[in-house]
Amino acid sequence: MADHQAVEKQTLPPNPEKATLDGRNKYLGFWFFLGGETVLFGSLFGTYLGLRGGVVDGPGPADLFHLDLVFIMTMILLTSSLTSVFAVINMKRGNYKGLLMWMWATVALGIAFLGFEIYEFYEYYHAGLGFTTSAFASSFYTLVGTHGAHVAFGVSWITVLLIRYKSTGLTLTNAPKFYTAVLYWHFIDVVWVFIFTVVYLLGIGG
Amino acid sequence: MSSHEDPSAPLQGAPSKNTERKLKNETRTQLISFLLMIFITSMAFISIGSDAVPNGFAIPFILMLAGVQVVLQLYFFMHMNEKGTGWINVMIWSGLFVAALTVGALMFLIGEVKY
Repeated sequence: MADHQAVEKQTLPPNPEKATLDGRNKYLGFWFFLGGETVLFGSLFGTYLGLRGGVVDGPGPADLFHLDLVFIMTMILLTSSLTSVFAVINMKRGNYKGLLMWMWATVALGIAFLGFEIYEFYEYYHAGLGFTTSAFASSFYTLVGTHGAHVAFGVSWITVLLIRYKSTGLTLTNAPKFYTAVLYWHFIDVVWVFIFTVVYLLGIGG
Repeated sequence: MSSHEDPSAPLQGAPSKNTERKLKNETRTQLISFLLMIFITSMAFISIGSDAVPNGFAIPFILMLAGVQVVLQLYFFMHMNEKGTGWINVMIWSGLFVAALTVGALMFLIGEVKY
């Protein structure tokens, strides 16, 4: 019976990611997790804002930050959010090839972002900002580094999904998986909005 | 959906006319919100980067722009504007509420009291 069902075709529901109880639970549980992540980043932002004046004799925000680099990174991450939106739209259309293609585009942009961030930290380190140089340095690296770690995790997560499901076609099992990965990706972008505003723009402007 | 369906079977068939139309509208909405976000981000960078805007104005301005952009992300890109997202709204807004208290408390405790 089970073998017979495995080859039985299913018709595409309007929201394949929420068509099963499993999918709905993943969706709800994932938002619960994102609420917790918000608090995690809130505490890192609070610490950074409390400590950013403590530069001791190391370089400060205005000496280090370059608006052009941060602008490029912001645009890359914002575009990767759009590509993952297109992936979800293709998923709802039942266009699995489109879903995979846009998810790969998201991964590529995520890797580009990580590359810029590694370059950025490398430059800061050579400008004399080690992790223990000052309270500003530690809180900056912790906040932006935690975000970078989330990007790295998101990239690996989506890559694993793309490899695991490269030829299965869209199913009610993998639709919620792709959907939650996309939610995570958007959340990374939400956090970055606050990082570029609070850390970089305020670091240069105020 | 009945409980007899096999979740690992490939999904076949095209979406209904209604879904197709909805998705078309959604694509347009998402593109517009993306362009808005690009515009908002550029405004924020310009207001800090150019000397024409005084910082006393630019700082509250960019914080407000960040708030607008996050709402765009949450409600359009993450679909929090759809029906049946009551609990999702509860979760993310309680998260944001606790995060705001945390940011305020830490800024005060470490930033003001310690220094």
